[in-house]
Amino acid sequence: MSGQKPKVAFFDFTGCEGCQLNKLNFENELLDLLELVDIVEFREAMDGKADYYDIAFIEGGISTPQCIERIHDIRRRCGVMVALGQCAVSGGINAMKNLHPSEWVQEAVYGEDKYLFPSIPAQPVSAIVNVDYEVRGCPMSAPEYLHVFKSLILGRKPEIKDYAVCVECKLKENECVLDKGMFCLGPITRAGCEAICPSNGQYCTGCRGPVSNINRDGAVDMLKKHGYSTEEALKRMKMFNTNEIDKEIKWGR
Amino acid sequence: MSTDLNINVHHVTRVEGHGNIVVDMKKGNLNKAQLEIVEPPRFFEAMLKGRNFHEVAIITSRICGICSLGHQMTSLKATEAALGLEVSEQTEILRKILIHGSTFQSNILHALFLATPDFFKVGSVFPLVKTNKAVVEAALRLKRLANDIGDVISGRAVHPISCVPGGFTKLPSEDDLRTLRDKIVTQGLPDAELAIDALASVAHEIPPFERETEYISVYSDKEYALYDGDICSSDTGLYPVEKYLEVTNEFVVDHSSSKHARFNRDSYMVGALARFNNSYALLKPKAKDVAAKLGLEAPNYNPYMNTVAQVVEVVHCVEDTLEMIDYLLDTGIKQEKPNQEPTRYGRGIATTEVPRGILFHDYTYNRQGMIDKANCIIPTGQNLANIDDDMKKLVPEIIAEGKDAITRKLEMLVRAYDPCISCSVHMLDVEFIE
Ligand code: SF4
Ligand code: SF4
Repeated sequence: MSGQKPKVAFFDFTGCEGCQLNKLNFENELLDLLELVDIVEFREAMDGKADYYDIAFIEGGISTPQCIERIHDIRRRCGVMVALGQCAVSGGINAMKNLHPSEWVQEAVYGEDKYLFPSIPAQPVSAIVNVDYEVRGCPMSAPEYLHVFKSLILGRKPEIKDYAVCVECKLKENECVLDKGMFCLGPITRAGCEAICPSNGQYCTGCRGPVSNINRDGAVDMLKKHGYSTEEALKRMKMFNTNEIDKEIKWGR
Repeated sequence: MSTDLNINVHHVTRVEGHGNIVVDMKKGNLNKAQLEIVEPPRFFEAMLKGRNFHEVAIITSRICGICSLGHQMTSLKATEAALGLEVSEQTEILRKILIHGSTFQSNILHALFLATPDFFKVGSVFPLVKTNKAVVEAALRLKRLANDIGDVISGRAVHPISCVPGGFTKLPSEDDLRTLRDKIVTQGLPDAELAIDALASVAHEIPPFERETEYISVYSDKEYALYDGDICSSDTGLYPVEKYLEVTNEFVVDHSSSKHARFNRDSYMVGALARFNNSYALLKPKAKDVAAKLGLEAPNYNPYMNTVAQVVEVVHCVEDTLEMIDYLLDTGIKQEKPNQEPTRYGRGIATTEVPRGILFHDYTYNRQGMIDKANCIIPTGQNLANIDDDMKKLVPEIIAEGKDAITRKLEMLVRAYDPCISCSVHMLDVEFIE
């Protein structure tokens, strides 16, 4: 990347574009960052296409055969690939459909026409191609994205956290939401969001995915102590992380 | 002059989501002029099944990041209607401020970052950073301010956190509200003026095209309705929200993975221009002034003017937000917990104006407080038939201008509707054979 400004591109797959929007949310840094890089492709914001990218940011997950083709093509043409947001990192909320037999999903939405519309399970980008870095969260954490972006431009390795949201929550001196009688996935969810949900009186839905050494059964036991059935605990753990919690799912790779 | 024309714009840029424009004209006969929607479906209705009422709005806000607040509000209202949960006046006011913030944010983003580059004849907002830096900076600050409204009131502007069924898990402090108010007055108002002047300077670039159609929006006689009200058709008047299926009549077309809609005519329009046309009289005075300055009168039949209507709404939202904050500061923020004790289980239907138009959520809950059935009808889907009909009228009118100009105007037309394609495709996935 030396000499010239790094060529940066953004691509969106299956998602809600919330990460996209979050990206625009540090107006002050944004214009400075723009000075340091050359944005060569960004469909939502500009016309135009390029052949090579030093850094490709991928948003959204893989959910159709066309997505698979496209992501291979981008991988071939990029230096570093970064997955932005939980849809790209783990399949995210889209992967909830994987919980149900695909025939049931099609039927619930299309009724009689269910056979007309084939679909594949929602998968993370890393299920298809090699991903170099991830920015987790639904929506992705904006400060973390900025950190990864800046590190890459400066040629440094970004720092990625691997401890629980609970740690950040305690540092904020919040009242524990589990103690308040609410549900919470803070104990098993990967930090990096400053425990923003418990800090706003809401429970952690686990949107950043589990820490890497998650003990699934231990987590279920913990939630059972707080009055949730195994079924309910697992269902809620899977909201953003079906693929990670349910390793049994077979990806049509 | 050639009477054959073939346009195929693959993945229209500067819109949310994926769509293609296809025009096919042979010997002066228009065979095809349509927007094809190729966004992958996400199956939200299926995902909701069996989910607890605490989880539903968290899931549906992910239908669309740009309108996440609108989806959240509609979802909460539908859940509350289904479960018989009353909310306080304070909760309603805070939600209205949130909806204003979201309309403000999305309209700014669309009008100034995605649509305006067309009027300056550039391919994106990035070149404008060099040539019109002050305006771009003002626009970015306005977007930030809109975001602050979401952050202060609901913890996060994209996928809000603290608004839950029955109320809020955390309330903003009066100090937070005061700070927000000051920022709106000292920074928001002057920035908005700058942006409006910039838009006024290029307003003559807006194509002069007209097609009168049916305009559908939420309507209330008390205020310029965004948060709540009845369904209003410019053709046939008011309908209660429970009649939404009779109004939307969704139907499948083979060129779109999102369903189309029609009511009294072959197509209808929703969004800022529809709201403006139906509720003009209820706009705040400053917003009316800006409309006059930008040459927008009600009713207006030029879909390209949707972008202008969005800017008018920004001004309305700013003014109304200030009034609501003042009211809250006068009465004082009451510390109250969300009301989450269901009094019934059944069906609940709700409607809200999200930036791109009228939105419906319809849920049926079982006795355990879990979703049995869900249906969401999203604005962009409702606009698709109207966009196709506009194209069919527009192409023959500008056929002499040549392919490049036609393509540009068609792209501008699609962009003017501000289609949020990612959320419109909640239903179908269709393969295209080229
Ligand atoms: S991770 Fe969340 S915010 Fe980001 S695209 Fe997916 S659903 Fe949207
Ligand atoms: S607290 Fe939990 S749900 Fe909230 S942002 Fe952090 S990881 Fe996501």
